[in-house]
Formats: sequence, structure tokens, C-alpha cells
Amino acid sequence: MSTLTFHEVSVRYGTHTVLHEVSLEVPEGETVGLVGESGCGKSTLARAAVGLAPVTSGAILLDGRPVPTRGRRPVQMVFQDPYSSLDPRMTVGESIAEALPGRPARRERQQEIARLLALVHLDPGRAGDLPGQLSGGQRQRVALARALAARPQVILADEITSALDVSVQGAVLNLIRDMRRELGLSMLFISHDLAVVRYVADHLAVLHAGRIVEHGPAARVLGDPRHDYTRHLLASAHPLKEHT
Amino acid sequence: MRALRRPVGLVGVALLALVLFAAAFGPVLWGDRAAAVDTADLLAGPSAEHWIGTDNLGRDLFARVLVAARLSILLALAATAIGMVLGFLLGAAPMLLGRRLGRLITAAVNVLVAFPGLLLVLFFAVVFGVGARGAALAVGLAGAPAFARLCHTLIAGVSERDYVAAARIAGVGRVRMLWRHVLPNIAEPVIVYATMTAGAALLTFAGLSFLGLGVQAPDYDWGKLMQDGLNGIYVHPLAALGPGIAVVLAGLAFNLTGEAFAAGPRRTHVLPPAGPPSPATTPAATTVLSADDLRVTIPGPNGPIHAVRGVSLTVGDGEAVGVVGESGSGKSVTALAVAGLLEPPVRVEAGHLAVAGEDLLAPGASRRLGTALAVVFQDPMTSFNPAHRVGPQLAEVSRFHQGMGRRAAFARAVDRLRAVRIGDPARRARQYPFEFSGGMRQRAMIGMGLMGEPRLIVADEPTTALDVTVQRQVLDLLADVRRDTGAALLLISHDVSVVTDVCDRVLVMYAGRVVEELPAKDLRALARHPYTRALVAAVPDMETDLDRPLAVIPGLPVDPVEAPAGCAFAPRCPLADDHCRAVPPPLLDGVACHKAGEAQ
Repeated sequence: MSTLTFHEVSVRYGTHTVLHEVSLEVPEGETVGLVGESGCGKSTLARAAVGLAPVTSGAILLDGRPVPTRGRRPVQMVFQDPYSSLDPRMTVGESIAEALPGRPARRERQQEIARLLALVHLDPGRAGDLPGQLSGGQRQRVALARALAARPQVILADEITSALDVSVQGAVLNLIRDMRRELGLSMLFISHDLAVVRYVADHLAVLHAGRIVEHGPAARVLGDPRHDYTRHLLASAHPLKEHT
Repeated sequence: MRALRRPVGLVGVALLALVLFAAAFGPVLWGDRAAAVDTADLLAGPSAEHWIGTDNLGRDLFARVLVAARLSILLALAATAIGMVLGFLLGAAPMLLGRRLGRLITAAVNVLVAFPGLLLVLFFAVVFGVGARGAALAVGLAGAPAFARLCHTLIAGVSERDYVAAARIAGVGRVRMLWRHVLPNIAEPVIVYATMTAGAALLTFAGLSFLGLGVQAPDYDWGKLMQDGLNGIYVHPLAALGPGIAVVLAGLAFNLTGEAFAAGPRRTHVLPPAGPPSPATTPAATTVLSADDLRVTIPGPNGPIHAVRGVSLTVGDGEAVGVVGESGSGKSVTALAVAGLLEPPVRVEAGHLAVAGEDLLAPGASRRLGTALAVVFQDPMTSFNPAHRVGPQLAEVSRFHQGMGRRAAFARAVDRLRAVRIGDPARRARQYPFEFSGGMRQRAMIGMGLMGEPRLIVADEPTTALDVTVQRQVLDLLADVRRDTGAALLLISHDVSVVTDVCDRVLVMYAGRVVEELPAKDLRALARHPYTRALVAAVPDMETDLDRPLAVIPGLPVDPVEAPAGCAFAPRCPLADDHCRAVPPPLLDGVACHKAGEAQ
């Protein structure tokens, strides 16, 4: 695993600036939570790191070297909507195999697919299933397995639980925590839900209108917020205090 | 093969089989007969021996029409293939060649599409010279721009999907991307379009040959036969009409088949006749909403979906009741039924279903209900008509239900926008929905509900599509509206915290039934149904213990097509036994569970 560094990254579409000189570091083996409301540029930051959004200025570095934006990326991304992130005409196994590096022999490939499916707590026998036969939570696990198949150094998780039912969300969050413990994954975990981010992240960055307004250890940012916007977010996430 | 179940598809495929049979075996079976010269019987009319007569060398015309099928069909298919391959490559250009070059090619294609097709055909036919090969190239090339346009649109739609982005990140190359991800996912409409194009190409060829630009003697296709027969049309009309009919039949075969496949996949199942109706009951007097044994059945592709299976609920005057559950639990369908928004073929049954004293099961109820009911939907992006300004859309409610004039209704709309705390309401009322933010649109939607004097507000996931900071504002607004107007609220949500925050009483739904009903303040600590407890435990909050894994509910939600015999939650429940799996638990004392309150 490696360190992913955003160095004064700006993304501009025409005259509209989505990200203003954002600097952020995802340290080796740690999970950084990125929170903010819709339209603040969270997803754009992740997409820029894998070459899906054009970087206007600044640099995105992996262990000090620019992240390649062609070919198999060392930084892999898991998308929000599990219903659109898997090709409906490809089996689970084919989708995962596509991301495997090199051209492994058939037997080797099947072993690797089975290993990855087991890793995300799915029955390896489901490799032949089409995404249509899986539930939302199962699809999201396949998407995670595909990202892991590319042997990434960093994983970007973009709102991976917000399209899931609450009963399924818990299982995916547990899985993310297991992975970090077992594989030592470096991860940028994007979410609008503070409680979810709090559960998985070591560090927390708050993005507001394309700028990082606060950044620090998760416990510190949540326990002792220093920026007004962070306080505002926290107040909104605590509607129940008076009832419970 | 569902297309075959419709008469149009059946006729089309049968015709196509006939045409293809003639094309495949025509020259073998009737070739000699079509070539046999009979100088004793020149230009004869129809007879028992020659069904549509003979030509100027005495050859049997019917046999010639059958033999000509091969060349006609082959040319049409060749031209279609040329057009499709070229069109596909042009349409895929933005993906294969990158943005800048792709944009140039797309622009060129757009210009070419604007040319009349026939003009292009004639132009190319002159360029490539007369003859079958030239005609095939001409028709193929002329068809390419339109096909390129279709492919471009379809490919653009697919390339925006996340799975294409994921494949790019995984290092999949452009050609492989096109082959593995794009082509399979656009194949269906492309095949339909190709079938239709083949029919059109056939007609174009007949036209070209008829004009003398297509097939040249001694070869002959249907167009050439028509041209030959034209000289004697007043004497032997069938000599020209025969091949003409063949063109029509073959064209129909292609088009009907394409048509049937285009409309194919949608299958509607008619619901089986209703069971015995629930015994009619009457609502209690002090309720604004009362439903008894509500059942909603929706026709689905795999049989009827029992979305709501016997829900009884009441909402008292001014009361706020929440309904929570996961997707597929039937909570939104319940809301739609209560709002009177379900129409056949969806079937709504109940002992009674009354809102503000109006019987919703009687016809015309929603009109009489008028403004006593207000509804707020989940997606503020789609609940307003994007083509109309916001103010007039609100005003329409008062013009329709309260018979107000245009000016008075608009003034009330501005006033109501102010009531839902939209700043500068007079200016905002003249704006279009896209100029509003999501939270503002949701507030305007609540404002629309307040145009009348609502006694009940049904809100279906009103905050799910909004940011946390905006959620708060909308929930506060709903609370204020209730305080000011005394309206009751039925709030549907998957979010336990939203419901406990706003409501007095909560119904928990699972698989189309209410499994527990309890005061909102008891939801977190005093729930007795194992599902309610699991649902509450599964949601992380700001106090969740970080050192322990989150509670999860094992297994999958129930498929609403197959309603289980016993308790629907039994397969996922840690307490379930054989009794649970066999006997559905009734809702007794606020909980529907044989093991209510037992420790897990």
C-alpha cells in the first residue's frame, strides 16, 4: 500500500470551478473520510485521481510520483450505484477477471476470482451469475472485489452505501473495516453521512464548496470541530439528541 | 422470443421465413423453369400454366419472381450490412479516436443526416456506376449517416454508465471496451433498427433497378422485373404487379419483424380475479385517515406482486404517524394508496379507506377530496413540471379546486411560498424549477400542498434526496406547518432517525405488513419485534461503539411475488421456529410476532 497525495488540485469545467486547490493526503494503510454536501466536489476529487475528471492545475501523486491516468490504474474506485457499476451482460466472474493484471491462465484466473469473492464474503459459486441475479449489497461486494482484483495501492469508495438499504449497509461497512485490518488498505471513503464516516475513518476531511475547510483525526474533528461549517454539519447529524 | 406471442410478430416472422426460403432455394427449385425460353408463348397473360404470364422470351414470370428473391434479398442485406458497419464505426468514433477527432466526425455525420436519403443514393449510384455492386454500395453508404447517428446516441448513453468508467480504470482498452461492454448493451435497438433498414433497402433497390440504375440484364431482381413488365402494364398488369407484390411482402416481413421485436419485451400479466372482498367496515369518527385491511396488488412480469398485504392504520386529527421499512416493504405503495394515486391495473382493496371523511374506494373521490390532502414526493427534481414557472404551478391548485381567478391564485401562491420560508417569493414564483435548489423545491412542494387547507399531509421520503443540512430545514418546516394548520402527517421513510424525530407514533412495515406499531419515543429502546430491533441496531449513529462490528440482518428481503405462508421475517429471524414459519402472526397489542419481546 502507498500514500496518495492531492497537491493543490483544481478542477474547472468551463468557467465553473469545482475544486479550488485542494490538498489532501491519504496515508499508507489508513482510511480518510471525506464529507460534504452534494455538489461540493467530493466525487470530482475521486474521479480526478483515476483520470475520469480533468485536473486543471495541481498534481495527484502516489508515493511522490504522478498517478497514471491510462491503463490499469494503481488507484481503484468503487462507485455509488451498484445497479449501474456492473455490466448487466457480463457475469460476476468476467467482470472481476477483466480487472486482473496480466493474462493469467484459465485455472489461475478462476482461483483468483474465487479467492476475491470469498474475500468479500460472497459464495465463489456465484461467479457465473449475472448482476441481475444479485441484490444491491451483493453487487456492491462484487464491485469491491473487482477493485481489489486490480491489486490497487489505494481504494476510492464513493458513497458506496448510500444506495443500499440500512440492513445491508451495515454488512458492507463491516466488510470495509475487515479489509482495512486484513489487507492494510489505504482508502479515501467519501460519504455525506457523518455517522457512517465516523465508523470507518481514521482521518476526516470536510469539503465545502470545493475547498477543504477542516482536516484532522476523525475523533478530533467530530469531538472538537473548529470550522463553522463542520459544526453546522454535526448539528444537522444530531437531530435526535433531545429525544433519546 | 416473446415477440412471437403477438400476432404482428407471428405474421412478420412467418412472412420472413417464406421470403428467406425463396431466397435460399428459389434458384435451385425454379431456376430451370425461369430460364426456359418458349418462343411459342411470348408475352402471354395469366394462365393455369403461367400464373402471372410470361415475358418477351416466353419465360415464366412467376418462377422469375421467385428466383429474383435471392438477388433482391442479398443486395438488400449487403447494403444494410455496409451501412451498419460503416455507421457503427462512425458512431463509435468519439470513443475510439478520442474527443477532438470524434467531435469532428460527429459533426460531419450530423450534416450528412440532413441530406435527403434518396439524393445520397442517386449521387453514390452515379459515382459508383450502374450495376448491382454500385447500387449496393450506394444504398449502403447512403444509409450509414442515419445509423451512425443512432449508434452515437446509444453509445453515448452506455459510456456514461459507471461500469464503463470502472472498466477504464481497470485498464480495458478502447477496442475491447467497445466489443465487450458497449456492443452487447446496445445490441437490442441496433438489431431492431437493422431489420427495419433492410426492409427500406429492399424498396430502394427495387426503385434503383426500376430506374435502370441497379441490376443490369441478364441478371434480374424484383425492380428489374417491374421495369420489364411496365411496358405492357395496360395489357398484362400482373407482369409488373407480381414483382411489386413480392417487394411489398418482403418489405412487410422485415418491418413487421422489427416492429414486433421493438415492442417485444413488455409483457403485461392480467391480475387473477379478486378474492372475497374484506368485510366492509366504517371508519372511526375522529380520524383524518382510516384504512382497514388495505391490500394492494400490482401486475408484474412474474405474476402479481402483493405489495401491501392487509395493513390497517389510522391517523387522528393533527397526529403525526411515521411508516418505516426497507425497500420492498410496501411503505411507499401504502402512501400512494392512501393518497388515492393508484389506478388500474393496480388493484386496491380494503374494508374501508377513508381520508378526511371521503371514501377513497368510491369513484371520483380524489376530486371531492380536493385540497384536504397534500402530498410531498421523494424526488424534488421530478415533482415539478420543468417547462412551467413555479408560481403558476402552485396557483393551478387554487384555480382548479377553489375556483380562484388567475391573479388571486398567483397572489396566494406567492403568499404560500413565503409561508414555506422561500426568500423573495414574488421573484421566485416567476422562476422555473431548475432555478431552485433541491431543498427549495421540496419546500415549494410543501407550499403547493398548503394552497388549500390540508387536513392530512402524506410525505413519501421527503428528505431522502436532500443533504443533511437541508433535511433539517425541511423537517422543521413540516413541524411548523403542522403547528400552524393543525394538519395530520403521514411520513414515509427508511430512516429511523427522521421518523423518531418528527412523529408521535411509528408503524414498522415488512413484506407488505405492519409488524409493529409503537410510540416513536419507544422505537430505540422498547421495540419488541426482532425486525424493528435489528433495523434500529443496524444504523450507525454518532454514538455507535467503534470497536464492535455493526449489527446486520442476515439473509435477503422477501420477494413480494412469493408471499410466505408464515411470518415473512422468519427466514432472517434468530428466534424463529417451525410455528413462525407456518402460521402468520397477527398484529396483537401493537406487535405481529409469536416471540414478541423475547431476548435474542
